[in-house]
Amino acid sequence: MPSVRVNGRTYDLHVSDDMPVLWVLRDIVGLTGTKYGCGVGACGACTIHLDGAAVRSCITSVADAAGKEITTIEGLGAHGDHPVQRAWAAANVPQCGYCQPGQIMQAAALLKQTPKPTDRQIVDAMSGNICRCGTYQRIRAAIKSAAEAV
Amino acid sequence: MLKNVSRRSFMIAAGAAVFVLELELDPVWRPRSAYAAPLRPLSPNVYLSIDESGTVTITAHRSEMGTGIRTGLPMVLADELEADWQKVRIVQAQGDAKYGDQNTDGSRSVRHFFEPMRQAGAAARQMLEESAAATWKVPVGECRARNHYVVHVPTNRRLPFGGLVRVAAGLPAPPPDRLRLKSAAERRYVGKPLPVVDLQDIIHGTAKYGIDVRLPGMKYVSIERCPVYGGKVKSHDATEARAVAGVEQVVEIEPAPIPSGFRPLGGLAVIATNTWAAQQARERLKVEWDFGPNAGYDSAKYRAELEASARADGHVARNNGDVAGALATSAHRVEADYYVPHYAHAPMEAPAAVARVDGKRCEIWAPTQDPQTAKKTVAQVLGFDESAVTINVTLLGGGFGRKSKPDFIAEAAVLSQKVGAPVKVTWTREDEIRNDYFHAVCAQHLEGGLDANGRAVAWLHRTAFPSIASTFQPNVRYGNAGELGQGVVDMPYAISNVRCENGAADAHVRIGWYRSVYNIPHAFAVCSFADELAAAAGRDPLAYLRELLGPSRHIDLKAMGVDYPNYGDPIDAYPIDIGRIRVVLDRVAKEAGWGGALPPRHGRGLAVHRSFNSIVAAVVQVAVADNGDLTIPRVDMAIDCGTVVNPDRVRAQLEGAAIMGLSNALYSSITMKDGKVEQSNFPDYAVARIDITPDTHAHIVASDEVPGGVGEPGVPPIAPALCNAIFAAMGKRIRALPIDTSQLKKA
Repeated sequence: MPSVRVNGRTYDLHVSDDMPVLWVLRDIVGLTGTKYGCGVGACGACTIHLDGAAVRSCITSVADAAGKEITTIEGLGAHGDHPVQRAWAAANVPQCGYCQPGQIMQAAALLKQTPKPTDRQIVDAMSGNICRCGTYQRIRAAIKSAAEAV
Repeated sequence: MLKNVSRRSFMIAAGAAVFVLELELDPVWRPRSAYAAPLRPLSPNVYLSIDESGTVTITAHRSEMGTGIRTGLPMVLADELEADWQKVRIVQAQGDAKYGDQNTDGSRSVRHFFEPMRQAGAAARQMLEESAAATWKVPVGECRARNHYVVHVPTNRRLPFGGLVRVAAGLPAPPPDRLRLKSAAERRYVGKPLPVVDLQDIIHGTAKYGIDVRLPGMKYVSIERCPVYGGKVKSHDATEARAVAGVEQVVEIEPAPIPSGFRPLGGLAVIATNTWAAQQARERLKVEWDFGPNAGYDSAKYRAELEASARADGHVARNNGDVAGALATSAHRVEADYYVPHYAHAPMEAPAAVARVDGKRCEIWAPTQDPQTAKKTVAQVLGFDESAVTINVTLLGGGFGRKSKPDFIAEAAVLSQKVGAPVKVTWTREDEIRNDYFHAVCAQHLEGGLDANGRAVAWLHRTAFPSIASTFQPNVRYGNAGELGQGVVDMPYAISNVRCENGAADAHVRIGWYRSVYNIPHAFAVCSFADELAAAAGRDPLAYLRELLGPSRHIDLKAMGVDYPNYGDPIDAYPIDIGRIRVVLDRVAKEAGWGGALPPRHGRGLAVHRSFNSIVAAVVQVAVADNGDLTIPRVDMAIDCGTVVNPDRVRAQLEGAAIMGLSNALYSSITMKDGKVEQSNFPDYAVARIDITPDTHAHIVASDEVPGGVGEPGVPPIAPALCNAIFAAMGKRIRALPIDTSQLKKA
């Protein structure tokens, strides 16, 4: 039976190895900040960090995550006020808010890897994350302001 | 226990519009709050309670799906109350008729509840002022509420709201004719940008949507539904499905007979200990379907039928003058056919609901736009009295009209009853796209006649689409007045010969409201055709559109014998006001730099459309690459929505409307083959992403008129403005959505 490390805690699981981390988080561990959007890695709502890199948890099996550190939106930043989250608040990015944990996790991974991204790099990094409310313009602005703040 | 000690109804005037609000004076009513003081709060109506700590609890009775309404209406109440926003808590109402209409649809929330919220806040403010006057033994006219205190103006003494609650709670609520409302100049919050109350929860992942609800002992459900509307299970074998670890049982849900309205589609439900097990087991179900009467639905064939219907004579919805005669004698005649496909809503949170049926009671937690209809529907499918059903409204991960239909909530209720445990039904993205209440496909035929000077003298508009009414009643073949009133009969141009007709169309899927609804196809055709007439006349589109709109006036459709519901509002309060339309048009043109030089294969396009009793104009700037790829450097949008509550959220709605308009124009299309949806998920049902995102500049026309809608009016002008821009860039006219960019390659 697999175990996973999530936000610094270890969970021993009684689930099959092929269960996606998304459903482990939501249904077994009980962390619902990571969202289901498509189940096929096409919308980014379920984005988490696996050893610091952004991955789609709906297509990452619990076996793939073995021995790695999972960070979810609930564990981003020591006090939940990561520079990306502060920038998101300052720009009033969210509308319905459902996709925003995934957007924030994707943006945080981008800025970790590329602290001063170009417009092209922002578009390339964020193109996998859908926001049906259409908050992209503010997402773009918030990433730029977070990059300046870091 | 005392309940409803006194109850009264009173009339509230909002401009010329009159609304009825029932206020309950219920001194034992308590907010559902962990923090509420145990003493008697001041609660002069169902929306408001103030406890002795001074905490103001405002009940948000409309659903939050991203418009910011859970913040906006409480802002209006808090403003009128003179409450300190930092001391305001928001609780979400359950579904209950005592709140008045809760169907968060049709861009109605601020339109219909701006005045009731002001009245609710003013009543409590005056009770607090009277309490202070009694305490100080001074005339009430010398006491004024200011930012959570009542101040005795001559002496500057002050008492906090919380300290006045005990006295105020014993006073009668003031009658409506004694309510003293603040002037616009005295407003503290209304008209100023405030962050939404859910902002911190959202960005920290702690906001709770319907899909996030977890109950002890809850089972997780995934349902296999027939891919064809109206089909049912003929036979099935669930042996392999039951063998999946975590699966407990497979339960059949009876399909409602079609048209099925809000009732469940039926199918086979896998009940499991987690969502993944339920979804995996579903794939192992062996089902033979009886596809039923819609198995022949084919989008290519249907389009041909719909286009034929739009070209033939139809039911006349508006007729001025003699269109046939004017067309026959016009100097130039222009004809065009437009087509808009089915769309799926695709809210990022697919439908999901939790139900717990316990003996003769049912409790629901769901992301519903319409908790009262959810309550009715659940009671109906369970055979319960409505009083036995409780609807808890969560946040909605997008709605766009999908979540005003409670079929998915009824599924959860039925299954909880069958299984004898709490259940969560979660639709997959594929379910959402294949079994949606689809936006109506629409074909239109327009003919225009110009005189020798290029002036429009004849306008013929024929539209054919499956009506939303077909989802609820059999044998519906024509649109209704509300549907034709979304951009057909309310065409605002000053043309003396006008004829609007509606052709027959049968529905073969569930048709439903989708953000902006029939305004999407109708504004696409009307605003595109205006541009086509300008081109035929050899005129600048802006100058020509001004001329088409004609002089400032109110259009009187009633005098023309047209049945026009005006989005449920009185036409005197919300007229079709050409003067205001022209102001919005001129504003957007100015802001967008209309007429300024652009490089080759770049263009600007213009559209203005009134819907949901607001006016939005858009200028889209496009660049067409030689290979046909589009980029959209800039969009300008101007809105006149009357009085604005939260300007930042109005701008956000316009920015989002631009994106949804681009999804409709460029990417999305649902097509049917053998009665089945051909798309399945975001890879083949595409929506706009960050790469196409323009810089949208949202401009709000200052107004102190009654509030209009905001959520929907921004979408309709986007697609025609984009297509008009493509025409300006390269002379290619686009008349069908989504745009086939292969037509845009450089020859």
